[in-house]
Amino acid sequence: MAKGSTKSSRKGSSKSKKKERAKAAVKAVERKDLLEAKLSAAREILPESIYKELEEKLGSEPELGIEEKALVVEETVRQYISKMAQPGEPVGTVAAQSIGEPGTQMTLRTFHYAGLMEFDVTLGLPRLIEVVDARREPSTPMMKVYLVEEYKRDREKAKEVARKIEYTIVENVLHDMEYTMGDNVFVLRLDPGMMEDKGVTVERVVNALAKAKIGEVEASEEDPYTVLVSVSEKLLPPDYMYDVKTYREIEEKIKKVYLKGIKGIKRAVIQEDFEDIDGKRRPVYYIITEGSNLREVLNVKGVDYTRTITNNIHEIAEVLGIEAARNAIISEILEVLNSSGLDVDIRHIMLVADIMTWTGHIRQIGRLGVSGEKPSILARAAFEVTVKRLYEAAVAGEEERFQGVTESIIAGIPPLVGTGTVLLKVAPRQG
Amino acid sequence: MVQKTKSRRIDPRILRHELVPEHRVLSLEEAASLMRRLNVKPWQLPRISINDPVVQLLEAKPGDIIEIKRKSPTAGTSIAYRIVVPY
Repeated sequence: MAKGSTKSSRKGSSKSKKKERAKAAVKAVERKDLLEAKLSAAREILPESIYKELEEKLGSEPELGIEEKALVVEETVRQYISKMAQPGEPVGTVAAQSIGEPGTQMTLRTFHYAGLMEFDVTLGLPRLIEVVDARREPSTPMMKVYLVEEYKRDREKAKEVARKIEYTIVENVLHDMEYTMGDNVFVLRLDPGMMEDKGVTVERVVNALAKAKIGEVEASEEDPYTVLVSVSEKLLPPDYMYDVKTYREIEEKIKKVYLKGIKGIKRAVIQEDFEDIDGKRRPVYYIITEGSNLREVLNVKGVDYTRTITNNIHEIAEVLGIEAARNAIISEILEVLNSSGLDVDIRHIMLVADIMTWTGHIRQIGRLGVSGEKPSILARAAFEVTVKRLYEAAVAGEEERFQGVTESIIAGIPPLVGTGTVLLKVAPRQG
Repeated sequence: MVQKTKSRRIDPRILRHELVPEHRVLSLEEAASLMRRLNVKPWQLPRISINDPVVQLLEAKPGDIIEIKRKSPTAGTSIAYRIVVPY
């Protein structure tokens, strides 16, 4: 390249000028190479998003010379490195403080979800505790079911999916049930409105009841919404014809007969959202459910299996894997904090999620999880149920090595954190 | 419950779920050079269970190292490693 630019220098210029220009060209190329080298070095060190931002900003600053740009790159890398956590830095302690302090300002009350019809969703501190305690079952299990393209624009089609996943038993479509003591016929009057709402036909109810092996089932000829069940002798022996308890039991049994839907989904409600398409606001529907069953719901036709989520983190770990659970923990904690108007850096939350999923299974932050698995006796005892921990350690003949922060502070030893991680000794001068 | 999931075939569509990052099993050479680069022993890595649905889909064995390309809000993408454990 240097050669090429020498050749292109104009004819007739003096020899020295020619040389100078050639030199300048070489230098320009060198500087360009320097910038490129700097950039590629920066690429190795900087994370993707910062590097992209840097590249973008450099491109949009035409006034900067190449040398200045190289300096900018250098400074960016320097700043980035200086902001990294140093080895030995107690990041966990900092994370605990950073989440704990704003946590004191959170409400202790369980809220109604704003804008959602009669849906109770645990938010605030109780939910945060639930997440970090890694409860098997959240107190208000909930799913957000997104729909695929063909289903999400049409309310009717969304309703179709909602009906398919909502767990429906006979009781849900029943208006009333009548029976007479001494007679084995139960008269079920169905509620047409509920049938319509749940998308259940009388035929379906008859078939479901017949399958449940309660007895003979027939639809009434006089009223289309009445079903007669003649209970078999096995369930209602003649000796028990006047036993109230038996009748009650049969009544309950009939009510619990499964019609359709997915187990665990108590209710499915359609929600409306808006999306901008070609500058127009178009409604988009999705479903919110009370109760959760991720595995089954993902298999339902019309459900967008790339986005549908539940607030049960254990379920996510089971169905989608530990990495998905890690992401879910992060987003759940962030959502709780943000809805309370607290601004906690996401890095702290990511650290919590990393620790909770470190073993490949979800561990709670607490005496049954992270804190209870610490190698130090004193650290475990200092957390919760002190005496019991000490007894256990004594029985097992454990040894305290004073490697961690908690136990060092208890014993008054400088803890091995920060600058304390480096052990230096002054070597006496030889000779 | 756990036993049930073990025998059940896993739907490969879960890999396309937005919560699931990209997983990849490292070859032996890659794993060895990674250990050198990070200056760690395999047991010092975070773990992932053999029963994990994604691991089952990848048909990884215990001892394999899984590279995970996480989408990170702070770094764009970040790469994490987990070692497959048999429990």
